[in-house]
Amino acid sequence: MENFTPVASTLGGILIGLSAAMLMLFHGRIAGITGILAGTVRGVAGDLRWRAWFLGGMVLGGLCLGFANPSFFAMEITRSPVAMLTAGLLVGFGTRLGSGCTSGHGVCGISRFSRRSILATITFIATGVVMATVVTQLLGGTV
Amino acid sequence: MSRSDLLALLAGGLFSVGLAVAGMTKPGKVVAFLDVTGAWDPSLAFVMVGALVVYGIAFRLITRREAPVLGGRFQIPTRQDLPPRLFVGAAMFGVGWGLGGYCPGPALTSLGTGASSALLFVPGMLGGMVLFHVWDEAQARKAAEASR
Repeated sequence: MENFTPVASTLGGILIGLSAAMLMLFHGRIAGITGILAGTVRGVAGDLRWRAWFLGGMVLGGLCLGFANPSFFAMEITRSPVAMLTAGLLVGFGTRLGSGCTSGHGVCGISRFSRRSILATITFIATGVVMATVVTQLLGGTV
Repeated sequence: MSRSDLLALLAGGLFSVGLAVAGMTKPGKVVAFLDVTGAWDPSLAFVMVGALVVYGIAFRLITRREAPVLGGRFQIPTRQDLPPRLFVGAAMFGVGWGLGGYCPGPALTSLGTGASSALLFVPGMLGGMVLFHVWDEAQARKAAEASR
């Protein structure tokens, strides 16, 4: 467990919680990245601006963080382009079918004690564990 | 740029900083968290604890208000049903997460760095969302025709 970072990870979680709280306090919205993104892609009239600015903040934040400290984005994994595209497809389709991802279900939903979110989170962590274990242990970490 | 735009931008920026500090933008760290049989790194469980404690308290305090600061109303999911698609969708998401090491937030934030993995993952993710939309509308049409 040489890379164990309980303090930084807890602090990061607190910042994520504060960001989600901001969005609820000011805009009255759940900070579910999937839902915000899908609403932007579909372009619901009159409901687009806050979504676009929030997502812009996330990408711009990444840009600034990458310049400030590239190690935030270290620990890349060896995946072929086809594997990364497939992973993206599964995440895009799956999060829409299941109405949320780590943020909407895992943070916001569980905080509200939503039964749907608790069960969805257990499900995606379980299949994530299976997939990561299969790729790392059985396929030698390269796909 | 309105006050609403600026606050949404700041919230998005804060979210990306939280993800990066937490280690969620490191695909290898995510895979090391999910692969419990290897050199298990439980750090990401702490992300959830930090976020749940803060948001769990904040959500209850905030929603005591009549309305959000910028007006309108609080839009909070009310669904309670447990249809198969909730589980199938979550299962698909988990498989993609374990394969690529990104969930949607960290993928978007990593896109800002121009990381080649994110440049592949994010278009795949958007394609998946569009594909879902097309499939979902076709399903809804079929259901409407069947009930006619």
